[in-house]
Amino acid sequence: MSVEHGVFIVLSAITLVGAWIVIANRNLYRAALGMVLSFFGVAGLYALLNVGFLAVVQVLIYVGAISILIIFAIMLTRQVMDREVVQRNSQWFISLLVALVLFGVLGYTLAFRVADQWAVGGSGLPEKPIEALGEALVTTYALPFEVASVLLLVALVGAIVIAREK
Amino acid sequence: MNILDDLFVNIGQWWTNLLSDALSLPDGAVTMINGLIGGLILALLGVVMVLILTYMERKVFSRLQDRIGPNRWGPWGIFQAVADAIKMLIKEDIVPDNADRLLFNLAPVLMVIPAVLLYAVLPFGRRMVGSDLNVGALYVVAIGSLTAIAVMTAGWSSNNKYGLLGAFRVIAQLVSYEIPMVLAMASVVLIAGSMSLVKIVESQPIPNAILMPVSFFIYMAAGMAELGRSPFDLLEADSEIVAGYFIEYSGMKFALFFLAEYINMFAIAGVATTLFLSGWNWPILPTWLWFFIKTFAVVFVFIWARGSWPRFRIDHMLNFAWKFLVPLALVNLMVVALVDKLLADAGMWARAGGLLVSNLVIIAVTLGVVAWAARRSRNAKLQAIAGAR
Repeated sequence: MSVEHGVFIVLSAITLVGAWIVIANRNLYRAALGMVLSFFGVAGLYALLNVGFLAVVQVLIYVGAISILIIFAIMLTRQVMDREVVQRNSQWFISLLVALVLFGVLGYTLAFRVADQWAVGGSGLPEKPIEALGEALVTTYALPFEVASVLLLVALVGAIVIAREK
Repeated sequence: MNILDDLFVNIGQWWTNLLSDALSLPDGAVTMINGLIGGLILALLGVVMVLILTYMERKVFSRLQDRIGPNRWGPWGIFQAVADAIKMLIKEDIVPDNADRLLFNLAPVLMVIPAVLLYAVLPFGRRMVGSDLNVGALYVVAIGSLTAIAVMTAGWSSNNKYGLLGAFRVIAQLVSYEIPMVLAMASVVLIAGSMSLVKIVESQPIPNAILMPVSFFIYMAAGMAELGRSPFDLLEADSEIVAGYFIEYSGMKFALFFLAEYINMFAIAGVATTLFLSGWNWPILPTWLWFFIKTFAVVFVFIWARGSWPRFRIDHMLNFAWKFLVPLALVNLMVVALVDKLLADAGMWARAGGLLVSNLVIIAVTLGVVAWAARRSRNAKLQAIAGAR
């Protein structure tokens, strides 16, 4: 049980505790903060995998932007001071069954079928991962990069059109 | 001067040798102990800086207003910060009636955490950096965006409509000014060729503020807005909306917000020094001394700006960000990238000269455009007045 194992267990625990807070807490705002905690756990897992760039980008995008967006959505669509929200979904039993079946299938596959035969990329990380990423983005993957930019532009224009005062 | 320069590095080396040789601890334990002590020192450095900064702010700000400032406690009032700390410690700790207790207590902590985390990547001197991340500049941006969550938590958990509205406005300001800040940083990263703050400092024999004054201006303006200082003071306009999102906080929790603002101020001034004023990279004096001198100079400029300009209204502030700073930052980034690539192998001085000239051209064009727009709107108003008569 090396230090790396220990760190992995701690980070996974943080991620799972955050996820548990999201689904189990009755206070919607606390659920949003639990999601933030979960995102930090995932960023830690990225750092453990030696891609610091992805860890920082995860914090920047998920915690810094998406969480704020979700918090704003919570604020603006609920009664603002309504702190306790009781779940009123009547199909919880079926969803519990489906979730358990999915967990069983995934767990069995990962633990027993794929355990020692993960397909691993041959060469590992390049020595300068950020330069390699940048170069790949503008040469090999230039078209998806541009399409993503166009998508962002469309979203931006759409948001402005929707929110414009007539 | 080298002895003085390497003073802290040598102390650290002596301590590490003490641990691993005299006490013969395994390498992993030595690394962990050093890491913990380093983290503690950086966090405490932030807090100690707050003492100095609050004193400096009150004295400089009052001097700008032609008064003396605190002069009762200690010679020249240097113990005023201690008096403030004692006052805040002994105040009653109030939690509002229907407020969410856990979140209410958590918000000040969440506010201090990003501020302190920024100290981990600042290069205080040659080979004196907490952690030389190779994505240092991106880390600064990511951590800066965590403040918004703390502010939202503070506003939400106060159970106060005005606190919540104040929190909304703060988030609007913080999010709007993140973009020009990131674009200004991106131009620096472009010039330096690396996101690591240590390499950015090492690649600046000529400070970037001279190479790219437009980026420097954008970063200072966006930094002032990110900190919530005047003139972008609307979030805590002491004379208008009392305290905005931390209206319900008192005692030590308010002190934590206050602390977070000053820790953040020093950290952002440190980042500005690293990116634009070539950090510790000047000769003769020890490098860590240069870093502190430059950072305090930047803090002085922040306080000077606070004392000179009136507060912006929120629509002015948002217009300034989106309609002025963002286009300016984008144009600046494009021009800098173009000039840098064109003059890439023309030697250091030619490149510096080219960048400076292109930046001055951007400034001239921007001022021209703004003057033209202002003249047009003034003529339209005059026409309207003349027509109505």
